[in-house]
Amino acid sequence: MSTLHLINKSPFEKDAFDSCLRHALPGSAVLLIEDGIYGALRGTAPGDCLEQATEQQRYVLVEDLRARGFGPEALVTGVQLVDYDGFVDLAVAHEPVQSWL
Amino acid sequence: MKFALLVNEGPYQHQAADSAWHFARSALAKGHGISRVFFYHDGVYNGTRLGVVPQDERHIPERWALLAKEHGVDLVICVAAAQRRGILDAAEGRRHGKDADNLAEGFRIGGLGQLIESGIEADRLLVFGD
Repeated sequence: MSTLHLINKSPFEKDAFDSCLRHALPGSAVLLIEDGIYGALRGTAPGDCLEQATEQQRYVLVEDLRARGFGPEALVTGVQLVDYDGFVDLAVAHEPVQSWL
Repeated sequence: MKFALLVNEGPYQHQAADSAWHFARSALAKGHGISRVFFYHDGVYNGTRLGVVPQDERHIPERWALLAKEHGVDLVICVAAAQRRGILDAAEGRRHGKDADNLAEGFRIGGLGQLIESGIEADRLLVFGD
């Protein structure tokens, strides 16, 4: 099974986002949670990187997106929204689950 | 599927404890199991019973305790991390000559062996921290 990468940090603050995208293998999944959601915003350099990472499935946790005042319209294309139930489903479908702390 | 969670940050300081709790609740609601939540580093502060929280605010230690009560989730606090930070159960309090203890109901003191065991026995180990 392929890895689920969890990113919980803003790419404007830490380099977990860049490190993850450099290491994530094709077919793996990347889920942005907490401040990680800032990596999926349209009109930003990290957002462009994420948009181009088409070999990975890319997800954003909608609760954390909403909590920071954003909606789906703020996201780059190619990113799917999931709620906590979707987060659980992703953790079931992938192994291991790797947190980029 | 059987999940184990590792929480490395304290409540009300970092979102880790909230994220882990929401994940646990959703997993349980979907019929999965949470075999253990291991609290390490500042995560041990999730297990104090002396926190007083405004009534309209989430009470994080009580939320965890309720998961333990209703779903049998094993809430384990790392003994070494806890002692440094003043989180003690009654036995540890006595052993170190303290006049009080503060571990919340539903939690227990354990060691890193329990974390390793979770990594082996659970289908997935998820880490929530900073």
